[in-house]
Amino acid sequence: MNRIINDPDSVVEDAVRGWLRAHADMVAPTDNPRVIRRRRAPEPGRVGIVTGGGSGHEPAFLGYVGDGMVDAVAIGEIFSSPTARSFHDAFAAADGGRGVACLYGNYAGDNMNVKMAVRQASQHGLEVRTVVANDDVPSAPADDRARRRGVAGEILMWKAGGARAAEGAALEQVIAAAQKAIDQTRSIGIGLAPCTIPAVGKPNFTIADGMMEVGIGHHGEPGIAVEPVRPARAMADLMLDTVLPDLPFGRGDDLAVLISGLGATPIMELYILYDRIAEGLEARGMAIRHIFIGNYFTSLDMMGVTLTLLRLDGELDRLMAAPARSVGLTRIAP
Amino acid sequence: MSAVVLAEAGGVVTELAAAISDKRAWLSEIDGAIGDGDHGINMAKGFMQASSALGPATEGLAASFTLLGDTLLGGIGGSMGPLYGTFFLEMANALSGAATLDVAGCGRMLHAGLAGVAELGGAKPGDKTMLDALVPAVAAFDAARAAGADFAACLDAMAAAAERGRDATREMVAKVGRAARLGERSRGVLDAGAASCCLILQTLAAALKRRMT
Repeated sequence: MNRIINDPDSVVEDAVRGWLRAHADMVAPTDNPRVIRRRRAPEPGRVGIVTGGGSGHEPAFLGYVGDGMVDAVAIGEIFSSPTARSFHDAFAAADGGRGVACLYGNYAGDNMNVKMAVRQASQHGLEVRTVVANDDVPSAPADDRARRRGVAGEILMWKAGGARAAEGAALEQVIAAAQKAIDQTRSIGIGLAPCTIPAVGKPNFTIADGMMEVGIGHHGEPGIAVEPVRPARAMADLMLDTVLPDLPFGRGDDLAVLISGLGATPIMELYILYDRIAEGLEARGMAIRHIFIGNYFTSLDMMGVTLTLLRLDGELDRLMAAPARSVGLTRIAP
Repeated sequence: MSAVVLAEAGGVVTELAAAISDKRAWLSEIDGAIGDGDHGINMAKGFMQASSALGPATEGLAASFTLLGDTLLGGIGGSMGPLYGTFFLEMANALSGAATLDVAGCGRMLHAGLAGVAELGGAKPGDKTMLDALVPAVAAFDAARAAGADFAACLDAMAAAAERGRDATREMVAKVGRAARLGERSRGVLDAGAASCCLILQTLAAALKRRMT
């Protein structure tokens, strides 16, 4: 295991310290070392946006703390939910007096810790409402969507909720926008090589050389099929064939497209994939209005890629285009 | 009728922490088969934090359970922090106002802990979780009590059922939590949560029995 670390047991602390040094213009520490807030948060009169999750997905989750995005983030151990206390402290750090929207991904630990933190917040009068991302198509059948995991679609949910909050919307409107964004979003991942948690020291699963795992999750959760690696063109077609019928997306739809590397895949290959994705979407009569390509939501050193599609309406189109400034995602007003 | 003086029973938490710490490597090894391999490390971290905060255990059992529960909730994330944190906090709540713990009070305490875990986690027996040790253990405690067994015998029945429950997880397929990712691949190994839950219940039974007057 060749890694740039000091001590496998302190990778999260060490990374957060570097992050705070590097991005002091955008983010600030809080009394809880596992909670980071937007420098200008909380803003009185605005709904606060909170997320949180395990570490190892950088720039998620902390990289989306910024203007027009997330106000405070709870940071967990690698691939492990933050504590209820950290979620609760993040709520407090984001609270501008109009309630807090907690927008997070559907995992057992996160569900429990958020539930406890929300209960605790309500005991001292802070209203927190939640949206749980479940955009990962292969993680459960369509009739069991509540069991699906949240993956890179969470970024578009934060973008929608963060932009709506920045417009000064009330909590229920922010929640409605974030919920609509995730309801209109579908994702799929393909894994080509496993990842290694530094403290464990060995890969947490295996993918044989020359094989790919279709539908892999963000922590190496098994997908729906293990197949020989195919050309990028065929991977793109396979991803579209899985994702498009699920919503379903169709002719005339306007889309946001997000392609994220899983950590160890060269950015170049994301563009090779995108070329065919765009071709396939255009051939089906869909228009791509927002494009995000890069390492947006990773899984340590996993090799592979995720595709996320969001079907836009007028509101979501406006929210995707709204200005935002964070390490992970920046949009500048045209 | 035998009972435990609660004001003098805070040391139970110290014994729980020592037991978890002793088995740290074993718990991580079980977890490594179908999880991240960090269950023992995280559990030991939380329990030892609580144990050192408790010091020489002059607090009563309720206060010690509260300290342990708060430490697990605040110090361990994932699923185990909130589940065990809730377990001990709910048991502490059930003890409030009592000076001694008798067989009826212990039954109420166990049910409170179980209800908290079941409500928070949403798992069912058979899902390959800590509930597969906890549910049969509490049921065995109740059954022994209904059959007229004394407090110590009820605790023995609980500990034995927890162990059978833990071992039964070997043949289960995980339905919730981290191991559920593996589906059929999760069959054939113990559930780490059931293993730590069994260890906690066995240690609790022994620690309470030693303190009976």
